[in-house]
Amino acid sequence: MVSLTLEGVGTRYGRKQVLADVTTPTITAGTMTAVIGPNAAGKSSLFRRIAGMASGPGEVHIEGVPSGEQALAYLPQDTNATAVLTVFESVVLAAKQGRSLKVSEEELRDIDSLLAALRITELASRYLSELSGGQRQLVGIAQSLIRRPHILLMDEPTSALDLHRQMEVLGLVRSLADERQMIVMIALHDLNHALGYCDHALVIANGRMHRFGSCNDTIDQHLLREVYRVDGHVELNSLNRPQVVLNAPIY
Amino acid sequence: MSAEGVAVKDVSPIASASQDYRASVGRRVLILVGLAVAVLISFAVDLATGPYNYPVTDVIATLFSPENADTKMRVILWEIRMPVALMALTVGASLSVAGAQMQTILANPLASPFTLGISAAAGFGAALALVFGVALVPFVSAFVIPLNAFVMAMLAAGVIYFFSRMRGVTVETIVLLGIALVFTFNALQALLQYLASEQALSAVVFWTMGSLVKATWTKVAVTAAVLAATVPLFIRQAWSLTALRLGDAKAESLGVNVKRLRLTTLILVSLLAAIPVSFVGSIGFIGLVGPHIARMLVGEDQRFFMPASILCGALLLSATSVLSKLLIPGAILPIGVATALVGVPFFFSLIFSSRRRNSW
Repeated sequence: MVSLTLEGVGTRYGRKQVLADVTTPTITAGTMTAVIGPNAAGKSSLFRRIAGMASGPGEVHIEGVPSGEQALAYLPQDTNATAVLTVFESVVLAAKQGRSLKVSEEELRDIDSLLAALRITELASRYLSELSGGQRQLVGIAQSLIRRPHILLMDEPTSALDLHRQMEVLGLVRSLADERQMIVMIALHDLNHALGYCDHALVIANGRMHRFGSCNDTIDQHLLREVYRVDGHVELNSLNRPQVVLNAPIY
Repeated sequence: MSAEGVAVKDVSPIASASQDYRASVGRRVLILVGLAVAVLISFAVDLATGPYNYPVTDVIATLFSPENADTKMRVILWEIRMPVALMALTVGASLSVAGAQMQTILANPLASPFTLGISAAAGFGAALALVFGVALVPFVSAFVIPLNAFVMAMLAAGVIYFFSRMRGVTVETIVLLGIALVFTFNALQALLQYLASEQALSAVVFWTMGSLVKATWTKVAVTAAVLAATVPLFIRQAWSLTALRLGDAKAESLGVNVKRLRLTTLILVSLLAAIPVSFVGSIGFIGLVGPHIARMLVGEDQRFFMPASILCGALLLSATSVLSKLLIPGAILPIGVATALVGVPFFFSLIFSSRRRNSW
């Protein structure tokens, strides 16, 4: 079984340290961890450090990945690409990175079924420049998932999606985490999504880890007050699920 | 019955995505074959055209069975026209693929050997030899002009390479630095022209116009060798180079070492651009337009974009070589001038006829 442990992890850009002291217990396969915190708290920096794209102190322990398999995929925040590539080509590109030039029938079939699962088959022949922000996010998700990673880091993958798509995508990622026994770390702004889909919450504030624990224990009125500077609380809604109720920002 | 209907309905959209992809791959292979055929035709016409025009069929017959051909025609074709025609192909291909990869690594549609100052530096190097007889590579009396041009071109590339290794330098900074180099070397060349004798001045002006006439087998061999050595290295990086067009963050997230790829490509591209410019002078347009036409035809999957750029560049310069002999009967128009005069209207017609979605 694949596991991920962070031990005093930080991120440094040049001499500037932007994140420090992220330590987690062992995160096990098949779980989803919401990485939450205010804007510019250091969530993306944590992902870049775990993905090996940034340097810094501490240790990222990844264990149990069979050799030859993709340990990790990182989905950065949405960027506006001008490349003259179709959606299908861009997913082929992600699947074939570091591999041979020829695209096999099996690889094409995998892409077909992934696009169908994300309900973006009709976008396959569209150019990336023709897509809306939300559609680009869905393509980005396809590019990450096609690599069949054991650990998936997603940086605000639902920020440009409508409500229906948000729930659809998070539901799909949750079921893939369960089926493929994948570790998912996902940066989210909507705490209700964290409560609804994730097992753990890793809270980052001011470049440091504030808390790590189960979503139900971590997301409470203290977190809202101390980290997000809003007055509010968590209560059970009519569907008997925990829900964040917000009152007003605190100045 | 209804269950079958549902099954078909479920399967068809899934199958169509990869079917469209397969069809587009087939279409691109056909486009590449078409371009290759066009290059061969243009090459044959280039050989046939000159002060005396031979029928293309006779040219082909002479190429395949020189022993049966008329001696005069054989000498004209093989000794005089062949190096020029081959130079057009190899220079066009080199400049176009150099431009294509510059546009890729700098994420800028204006990037070309000209934009980064490589051509301007080469021009200054050549002018140093033509005006003052300065040889930048001592003890080599032959090839002083191309060697000077090459040394200066690589110096410009070295400056860009040095700066792009510095921390915090973005692709925009590199493009701005390139433009600054263009102005610097143009100013230095203008200074040399100001100081030059009348004879040297006309030599400098002629050199900067670009010319294939002085092509030799050695120059063809060197240009072809550099092209043959660098293209396989690009092919090995085809997926990574394509990923670069998704933006640095996305490419990095797909496992591409963006910084290293950009630097190695920059070195190869500098070499690819410096060699032809040193031999034939400034032919600016090909490095900019060749890749754009290729992009409109086959998109940016480097497995198709790279060969298409090579073929488009070769075709453009070869066709221009033909036209440069035909535009003013009895005279050969400098190839750099002809390329721009013929290429610009052609390029504009392509831009306005193609839909925006498949261009930059």
